[in-house]
Amino acid sequence: MNLHEYQAKELFRQAGMPVNPGEVASSPDEVRALAEKYGGTVVVKAQVHSGGRGKAGGVKLADGPDEAAEHAETILGMEISGLVVEELLVSPAEKIATEAYVGVLVDREGQCPVFMVSAEGGVDIEEVAATNPDAVHKLRVDPRYGLMPHQAYWMATRLYDEPALVRQCAKVLSGLYDAFTRNGASMAEVNPLISTEDGQVKAIDAKVSIDGNELFRRPTVEALRDTASEEQGAARAREAGLSFVKLDGSVGCCVNGAGLAMATMDLVKYYGGEPANFLDIGGSSNPDKVVAALEIITADPNVKVILFNIFGGITRCDDVARGIVEAAGRIDIRVPLVIRLTGTNEELAREILADAGFEAVASMDEVVQAAVRVAA
Amino acid sequence: MSIFADENTRVIVQGITGRDGSFHTRQMMAYGTQVVAGVTPGKGGRRFEGPDGIAVPVFDTVADAVAETGGADAAVIYVPPAFAASAIMEAADAGVGFVVCVTEGIPVLDMTRAHALARDRGCRVLGPNCPGLISPGKAKLGIIPGNIVEPGPVGLISRSGTLTYEAVHHLTRDGLGQTTCVGIGGDPLIGTSFVDCLEAFAADPDTKAVALIGEIGGTAEQEAAEWAGRHLEIPAVGFIAGRTAPPGKRMGHAGAIISGAAGTAEEKTKAFEDNGIPVARRPAEISKLVGELLGR
Repeated sequence: MNLHEYQAKELFRQAGMPVNPGEVASSPDEVRALAEKYGGTVVVKAQVHSGGRGKAGGVKLADGPDEAAEHAETILGMEISGLVVEELLVSPAEKIATEAYVGVLVDREGQCPVFMVSAEGGVDIEEVAATNPDAVHKLRVDPRYGLMPHQAYWMATRLYDEPALVRQCAKVLSGLYDAFTRNGASMAEVNPLISTEDGQVKAIDAKVSIDGNELFRRPTVEALRDTASEEQGAARAREAGLSFVKLDGSVGCCVNGAGLAMATMDLVKYYGGEPANFLDIGGSSNPDKVVAALEIITADPNVKVILFNIFGGITRCDDVARGIVEAAGRIDIRVPLVIRLTGTNEELAREILADAGFEAVASMDEVVQAAVRVAA
Repeated sequence: MSIFADENTRVIVQGITGRDGSFHTRQMMAYGTQVVAGVTPGKGGRRFEGPDGIAVPVFDTVADAVAETGGADAAVIYVPPAFAASAIMEAADAGVGFVVCVTEGIPVLDMTRAHALARDRGCRVLGPNCPGLISPGKAKLGIIPGNIVEPGPVGLISRSGTLTYEAVHHLTRDGLGQTTCVGIGGDPLIGTSFVDCLEAFAADPDTKAVALIGEIGGTAEQEAAEWAGRHLEIPAVGFIAGRTAPPGKRMGHAGAIISGAAGTAEEKTKAFEDNGIPVARRPAEISKLVGELLGR
């Protein structure tokens, strides 16, 4: 789960990190009032879950309240990577001397948190890592000890020469690790971490992603979820316990298991079709889940056919067949269903479906080819 | 032979009295797995009724279970996500050398600590978020259905559950049985890698070919391809799920995500092919390629 900049900054403040002041506004008048309150030059920043906000025109400097309100007028309602801007963060502009990058994420290879820091901040860090890898310093953290003071100090000395800045930076890094672990993050970064002309180190941007598996035990973090910015069907899928990702094609997919669901999408493409979604219905054959899945898929007007691909191992095919029949009775499915069921009790499943007027095939290739034909 | 577990492996089940734990323990016992004890905190002293009138004792702790049953070689974990990392650490601390963790949804930061402790104790973790393994005709640790496998010459390694069943189903139907099918798990941090499994299969004289079923996210398949290119003497076949997955989106499995340019299906396919491993374009083709390489 991604957080907005202002939410991430609040978590950073709670962890004792120095962060530039700022408040959220959702109308030009509110932005004007904040600009008056801060005085001088202010920064107006779009709050959407997307990188490249500056390049898209979602970040503007304003010399005073009038200009701030004008920028607000332009940026509010703007689309950045398909997301509509509904909130702005207004902050007083800083007098920047240097810009650095600091971030921490989970390292798959090392199976531990890893810091990445660079004195070249304010730019795309992946690009720095690709073009000038020596400029990015990595440090793995043993999760049992946490970030040790000497490690924070070592990283700080990669970024600054002046002792006062090094000391402040080491404190920022400890705070960042704290914010990362305390909130169950999978990634936390500051880009840029600035030093000001008067010698202060502070975060003027913040990006945090939360590990979805942490949310059951972190209600205050879950409360930060912005459901308005989620894509179509995501909230409904989450409530129903389904894994769902919307795509642009016309073949709706309903599959048990994430790996098989991906392989099904790939096979749709292989046979010349385009998948409309990824959907893992899981091991359950609960009709409520099937209903939810069908509702989510049919809400997409592009969908021309719905493909069921079920490999019954532990899941019994007859249970899934009953779920499909019940779901079809409860909601209006405006498109044809093509069904594949293989595994435990597949004959029984086929009878149940046949009695309700549905046909099921036994192979994945067959069902995908049938779906692609219907969608064409 | 088989890898990691066979008919002599003595198994403890953590979470044996839960809904999933009890169901799958009965399936494991019915398949012939030597389940010697179960663990559920607060339920020590009871007996767990398996199939065919067999019952095993339930203990409050893994340490008790190990001490009272004369030792266990493996533990299988069906514990809810909030307690699963702790269950792994408990098993490793009790000296169990092999832990299969089926649980999906464990916080990643919990797993950084569990993996670190397991490494220190010399304990191999399979998973988490995996279907476990099955050595056909011998034993199964986890949830892979016993009715789709057959003993034979193929070793199978996969990050997925039902996609593994799909591939195994074709192998079995085409007369290509398996030594062991291992589901290594769909999480970003897993204890046993493709390479670990390849090393084990390479040392098993009965395994004549290996199928590697990967997916988008991370670099485990690339490492496996490189290892196979250098050390593997038996033929291997690959498959990668997620060619149509958009970057930056998690495809069900916590570990199935393309980050930046890394972890794409193209990159993984190329790594396999560069190391002489043909890559199936459809799940049904995996068995076909294995058969060809075995001269069937």
